[in-house]
Amino acid sequence: MSWGLGGMAVMLVGLLFLTGVLLLLTYQPSIDQAYASILILTREVPFGAWVRNIHHWSANLLAVVAVLHLLRIVLTGAFGSGRRLNWIVGLVLFFLLLSSNFTGYLLPWDQLAYWAVTICTSMLGYIPICGLWLQELFRGGAEIGPATLTNFFVLHVAFIPGTLFIILFWHFWLVRRAGGLVRVEKDQQTAVDLVPTTPNLIMREAAVGLALVAFVLTLAIFWNTPLLEQANPGMSPNPAKAPWYFMGFQELLLHLHPVFAVFVWPLLGAAAFLCVPFWRDTALPTGVWFGSDRGRTLAAWTTAIGVVATLALILVDNLLLGSATAVTNTFVTRGLLPTGLFAALLGGLYWLLVKKLKYTRAEAVMAGIILMLVALTVCTIIGVWFRGPEMHLVWP
Amino acid sequence: MVEKQTKTTTSEPSRRQFLNRVWAFFGVVAVAEFGWLGLSFLNSRKERNKPVKTESIVTAGAVEQFTPATVTAVPLGQFYLACLADGSFLALSRTCTHLGCSVPWNDEKNQFVCPCHGSTFSLTGEVLTAPAPRPLDTYPVRIENGIVKVDTSAPQKRARFETSQATRI
Repeated sequence: MSWGLGGMAVMLVGLLFLTGVLLLLTYQPSIDQAYASILILTREVPFGAWVRNIHHWSANLLAVVAVLHLLRIVLTGAFGSGRRLNWIVGLVLFFLLLSSNFTGYLLPWDQLAYWAVTICTSMLGYIPICGLWLQELFRGGAEIGPATLTNFFVLHVAFIPGTLFIILFWHFWLVRRAGGLVRVEKDQQTAVDLVPTTPNLIMREAAVGLALVAFVLTLAIFWNTPLLEQANPGMSPNPAKAPWYFMGFQELLLHLHPVFAVFVWPLLGAAAFLCVPFWRDTALPTGVWFGSDRGRTLAAWTTAIGVVATLALILVDNLLLGSATAVTNTFVTRGLLPTGLFAALLGGLYWLLVKKLKYTRAEAVMAGIILMLVALTVCTIIGVWFRGPEMHLVWP
Repeated sequence: MVEKQTKTTTSEPSRRQFLNRVWAFFGVVAVAEFGWLGLSFLNSRKERNKPVKTESIVTAGAVEQFTPATVTAVPLGQFYLACLADGSFLALSRTCTHLGCSVPWNDEKNQFVCPCHGSTFSLTGEVLTAPAPRPLDTYPVRIENGIVKVDTSAPQKRARFETSQATRI
């Protein structure tokens, strides 16, 4: 039912913590020595490269597992009443996880790290009112320097893991309080066929967890973590790409006015996800995948339409960008206009599904969330494999 | 008896409520204090790491070295010296106005192309394709005795290119 995704995530966090402690022993958090300390780690420290690989692949897998976990929660209606707070806690955990990944890949101070931190802190500058203040706060000054690395180092090894641990336990406790995993509500008998946790659950989680650990350790033997050249403030790599889990976001930056890509859209997206459980009847019937067979068909159609529509939008906008006409007033043409159109599209879709096709509100909301995730996935795939030098569309 | 009971049931929760509120208040105060402490910590660093504003003049070269309608990178000053078609000079910052990447000059296409998000800029630094929101920043250029000198202490933002921004002999 749950596929053990939550358990897998916990296992990965454990691996990250253990390997993180080891890495901390060799890493030097200063601009002059960070890169060299990574080189020493991979070349001279016994098993150094392996430990770094485990840390890297665990973090990457964790991003995948967390998204799948979120999707599972949506598709089995597990954010309804009694689980609202836990949905929010889960979203906070997801945010912490992404920040942890982000602050982590800054630490080697290679080209990826330097330009990622440049781009990210520049993005903060587009936030209205407090943007520049935040930018200086994170950079530890007006420009990127030693204080910047210190900031992100502290975030990565102290602040985020500390917060993560506390909230993680809260997350588990709330699952337990809500009565464990969601399940089908049976009308006749309230007593569902329950079994003792030990050994039943423990054995299953252990089987999944140990298999996963074995998988990560093996992956880490054969697949090395990339390390680009040492940071060079004078030259951005061409193309300069974020790690795959941020490529969807980078794709957004190519098409939208920065204020909208950096501030408005993420804000609206976060607000939508946070508010969804508080809107009445948005959760599917608990414990049934897609709610019903009709829901399953709807999900399949939404996925297909989402893929086609996103691809079409990207290709059309690529032509518009190439034609190089309207570069003035991009705040309207690449900001307000697409935002309005997108809102109208979602509203129209909701109306179509609920009023015309008589789907339930929960099914329509599920379709909306699937649409968003599909669009993001398509953007990610395009960004990772179909963007070449100067971020032009290319065949891989 | 009855009266006593109603009294306890009404007074008990209110006392508990009061104490809870006091605790909540102290909690908020504690968080605020820690927040303030942290921020003043971070802010002090911000002050210390302020760049020292000094006039830093970079000599780009003699006027005759530059052919009109070309761009020359001046790595020392981290800028490009654009020699416009009419022979006037414009010193362009190499930092993309979108998100701060370093923008290389593409000789074949005759434009600056950002490797991060694909913005392109013309010879004069004007935006040719989005997402960059404004033209490349400029540095003041002076021509003294036929030598092009650029003051790189502070980049200057602009909304569009105007011929007055370029320096001629």
